[in-house]
Amino acid sequence: MAILEVQNINKSFGNTRVLEDISFSLEEGNALAIIGSSGSGKTTLLRCLNFLETPDKGKIIVKNNVLFDADSASSTSENEIRRKRLHFGMVFQNFNLFPQYTALGNVMLACELLAKERSDYKTNRKKIHNEIEEKAKLLLDQMGLSDRMYNYPHQLSGGQQQRVAIARALAMEPDILCFDEPTSALDPELTGEVLKVIRSLAEKHTTMVIVTHEMSFARDVADQIIFMDGGYIVEQGNAFDVINNPKEERTKQFLARYSEK
Amino acid sequence: MSVSIIFSKLFETFGINCTIFFVTLLFALPLGLIISFGSMSKIKWLQKIVRVFVWIIRGTPLMLQIIVIFYGPGLIWGGNAMPRLSAAIVAFIINYACYFSEIYRGGIQSIPKGQQEAGQVLGMTKAQIFFRVTLLQVIKRIVPPMGNEFMTLIKDTALANVIANKEIIMMSKEFATKGLIWPLFSTALFFLIFCGILSILFRYLEKKLDYFR
Repeated sequence: MAILEVQNINKSFGNTRVLEDISFSLEEGNALAIIGSSGSGKTTLLRCLNFLETPDKGKIIVKNNVLFDADSASSTSENEIRRKRLHFGMVFQNFNLFPQYTALGNVMLACELLAKERSDYKTNRKKIHNEIEEKAKLLLDQMGLSDRMYNYPHQLSGGQQQRVAIARALAMEPDILCFDEPTSALDPELTGEVLKVIRSLAEKHTTMVIVTHEMSFARDVADQIIFMDGGYIVEQGNAFDVINNPKEERTKQFLARYSEK
Repeated sequence: MSVSIIFSKLFETFGINCTIFFVTLLFALPLGLIISFGSMSKIKWLQKIVRVFVWIIRGTPLMLQIIVIFYGPGLIWGGNAMPRLSAAIVAFIINYACYFSEIYRGGIQSIPKGQQEAGQVLGMTKAQIFFRVTLLQVIKRIVPPMGNEFMTLIKDTALANVIANKEIIMMSKEFATKGLIWPLFSTALFFLIFCGILSILFRYLEKKLDYFR
């Protein structure tokens, strides 16, 4: 049973068509890598999944719930969109950590705000807070940041910041974790430590959608690969096959340019 | 008249300047935030109206605004004018709220969009994002220009004497007409000390907010 199903998504900005008839599905516990050159629509697709952009056409279905359907005038109340967003986690290219909170504070903030909406919050305040803190510390520990919990973002390297951002997204326990070029703002050395973390998440069967320019990483970590160009899905399939035996001419060209480097 | 009596008179009237200063801040700081939301509103007509209003207030002399607010209502509708001090304070609040609104707008718009988006994907509400994520970053950025505005404000309070509010400059001019010129020059001390305290406070605040970038 597919945990995520995307059907016929279309998106334009003014007269520019950015996504054309995007459809794919993803099994629970699998990782999907989206590759393609800049401007091919990869990031926009992720932003549609996270309700940062609204598709013009199409459906997004998570665990058999239709979260988005352009044809039915669904409610766009802030509260409802917030709830829907929680199915997805997002890790940004530029980390977007909150600078005035420590690493631990970054991971805990949204959890605490959400916990306030629980009916038992007032009576169990202390206990809930402690649980959230425990969970956050555990996550940071898994990211190899146990000695960095009380540092502010500007005191951390790019790779450490991105690992905090991953912990922050995981803390919300999303069904699907999205990565938007998570290593593009990092130098090669720091790239490695972030990829290692994502790889370990894949081993734990975290459902992930990863937009990346790291081809060998995509091949090794992803179960499935989508190659996009000009807003279309040119080719999709088993990760190993798409990278090693691409069928489409456009995919071959794209991958050839990468192996030259 | 002894020096100590003159200084106590000056000190007393400086109370008017301080009153205008603090009451103006109390109302203009939040009002400015509301105006800045208006000038950034997605509702085009509201945004236009607010921006024209800000242009008019920033584009005309504060002294003139004080006069208009004091005499204007009486000239149009008749009846008694507002108390002199209240009229001056109202003019100051409107004027400074407009300047503050532009500082807020600059501060808010300088925060990267990614901060808001990070809050959104974590399921935070707009209000939570504003108060828990954006606001402190905005405050950090607007502290230096706000320091400037605060210092201008205390010195601008002397303008209230245009509708005969007896503040420190007006008081010292009274001494001058009686042939005592030194009290007028000595008012500088009051403003200098006040601004000195302000800049210490602002430097402290900047330091306090130095823990993040």
